[in-house]
Amino acid sequence: MTTTTYREAVRTALREALTRDSRTFLMGEDVGRYGGTYACSKGLIDEFGPERVRDAPLSESAFVGAGIGAAMAGMRPIVEIMTVNFSLLALDQIVNNAATLRHMSGGQFSVPLVIRMATGAGRQVAAQHSHSLECWYAHIPGIRVLAPGTLEDARGMLWTALQDPDPVVIFEHAALYNMEGELPDTAGPVDIERAAVRRPGRDVTLIAFGANLHKAMEAARLLAAEKIEAEVIDLRSLRPLDDATIMASVRKTRRAVVIDEAWRTGSLAAEVSARVMEQAFYDLDAPVGRVCTEEVPIPYPKHLEDAALPQPEKIVAAVKAQLGARA
Amino acid sequence: MTGTGSPSIPFTRCIGPDGAAVGDLPDFARNPAELVRLYRALVLTRSFDAKAVALQRTGRLGTFASSLGQEAVSVGAAAAMRPEDVFLPSFREQGGQLWRGVTPLELLLYWGGDERGSDFKAAREDFPVCVPVGSHAPHAVGVAMAFKLRREKRVAVCVLGDGATSKGDVAEALNMAGVWKAPSVFVINNNRWAISVPVARQTAAATLAQKAVAAGIPGEQVDGNDVVAVRAVVERALARARAGDGPSLIEALTYRLGDHTTADDASRYRDDAEVSAHWPEEPIARLRHHLATVAGWDKAQEERVLEETAALLERAAEAYLATAPQPAATVFDFTYAALPAELAAQRRQALEGS
Ligand SMILES: Cc1ncc(C[n+]2csc(CCOP(=O)(O)OP(=O)(O)O)c2C)c(N)n1
Ligand SMILES: [Mg+2]
Repeated sequence: MTTTTYREAVRTALREALTRDSRTFLMGEDVGRYGGTYACSKGLIDEFGPERVRDAPLSESAFVGAGIGAAMAGMRPIVEIMTVNFSLLALDQIVNNAATLRHMSGGQFSVPLVIRMATGAGRQVAAQHSHSLECWYAHIPGIRVLAPGTLEDARGMLWTALQDPDPVVIFEHAALYNMEGELPDTAGPVDIERAAVRRPGRDVTLIAFGANLHKAMEAARLLAAEKIEAEVIDLRSLRPLDDATIMASVRKTRRAVVIDEAWRTGSLAAEVSARVMEQAFYDLDAPVGRVCTEEVPIPYPKHLEDAALPQPEKIVAAVKAQLGARA
Repeated sequence: MTGTGSPSIPFTRCIGPDGAAVGDLPDFARNPAELVRLYRALVLTRSFDAKAVALQRTGRLGTFASSLGQEAVSVGAAAAMRPEDVFLPSFREQGGQLWRGVTPLELLLYWGGDERGSDFKAAREDFPVCVPVGSHAPHAVGVAMAFKLRREKRVAVCVLGDGATSKGDVAEALNMAGVWKAPSVFVINNNRWAISVPVARQTAAATLAQKAVAAGIPGEQVDGNDVVAVRAVVERALARARAGDGPSLIEALTYRLGDHTTADDASRYRDDAEVSAHWPEEPIARLRHHLATVAGWDKAQEERVLEETAALLERAAEAYLATAPQPAATVFDFTYAALPAELAAQRRQALEGS
């Protein structure tokens, strides 16, 4: 076991990918000498050189598109976008191109591209650096969408994603980079298909991903103090969603609260809720609850930002509302 | 037609509209057999377009973009390439695709809405037609960087329209190609129109080639109705790229003699007089006149080419019309390499429901 951080786990995964496969290179803004906005690639340029740890001009559309072209020409590029906010500049490339080119080429081409980006709020970086738009990407067939919420997944999802012949988008919640924990020295590739039960429980299912997994875990601890045992599910993969794990849990607990840092309308929480309704309606004792970000631009001041985001207390309140519905 | 003549932007023409050589011709153009090869390719392209339009008009093909009048840009660019280079075409570059080994049947399937047509039997590394305008310019940089990283002496050739040059990602791609010295050639097929918008409404720049200046790469204009000049200029750019000297931007000046697509009626926004004025410059008559002068090209030879081409396209059309449509069960096939469980379930449901 080694004590490490989420950031260090991402860096180790990047180093492993660059070491294992000569077709892999990392490309993005300030990934080279600067080491990446969140310092994930710090030092890698010294190990692998500026060709394989490549600073791109400030051109999200072009360097994501170049990643697609390189992937189609036999490479296994990793493209880093600073944050999901700026991935919007590359939406045409991701949605119209990466996701469709297998189809548009009648199966002639694969697009084995991995795009990593930071997501999420909670660090006082205001309304233009704090979005959670994972659901936009999870909407798109043709790509896979991952949200590593643990050190193990930060370490292990990248390699599996690089083996995937289709484009994979990995969302790293920026609030997680400093998270510390233990990682076995043998840590390596992990599956990218299944959701995980992070805490077993019998009274209610909390469904979350990314940094909000930890808010859900905190809520579960608070609930346990009141003798309410919450089961916590980490979605891990946002497209495809692992319905089986979700439904197995909900059928057992008969209640579900989905926690999602996105705005409620059209969120992944909405999707998960709809699926539970379709597949487990008759097993429910209460309507599915949702704890999402208030539908406002994310505020800058800490007290306002905190008020806008999902918090353990809000999750606890949502669970109690569910249990109240039993009476 | 002449170049728009910015002093820093060279303009190349080898054969004038009357078929006469302008100065010394490049080596390949002194070989009549090579000129005939180019001529056949131009004729094939025009005949293919006519066939496709006829099929569309009779309800047997989807919306189609003809390259009438612009054949020399596509054919010239492709003829300059080596087989191992990669061609990234927009939706009006069937001339180059045919030269590179894409078959008329495959093109008809594609334009008939059957994506199997884009799974080319030859030219396996050439890209499918890019429908979002200009989105393939960044791809070309990526392909070029793959070549460069692998130390392969290959080049990515991207053909895009004049309208595409107004796009941000095209500017980004040119700039990035310049920074990275990506072995790539960008050919602008300037047919003067982007649907109903003329170039003058697309940009206040005197030339499109000068966009290279901002990207720090060589830019030049070529007579896009002169297949010899297009091939020569693209060959030079390819040689530079192969030698490690980076990308080039080539603006080929031509004219869209037809409608934007079969879904368009250009007479609603464009004077017939303007179109008529451009007919005397079109590429096929020009090369035919030149061949007549230098190689005694005669009516019998001309008719043979037309007959052979017609027969080839007739066979392609028959094969296209005889191709069974894709069964509904295939609709999910090329969404992912392996269908995720939830899509497999959707597929089962869709098939049972139908
Ligand atoms: C990004 C994008 N915007 C708009 C369209 C719709 N559209 C299709 S063709 C076209 C005009 C393209 O003009 P140009 O680049 O000059 O190519 P041409 O059609 O003349 O060959 C437009 C606007 C599109 N396909 N993609
Ligand atoms: Mg045009």
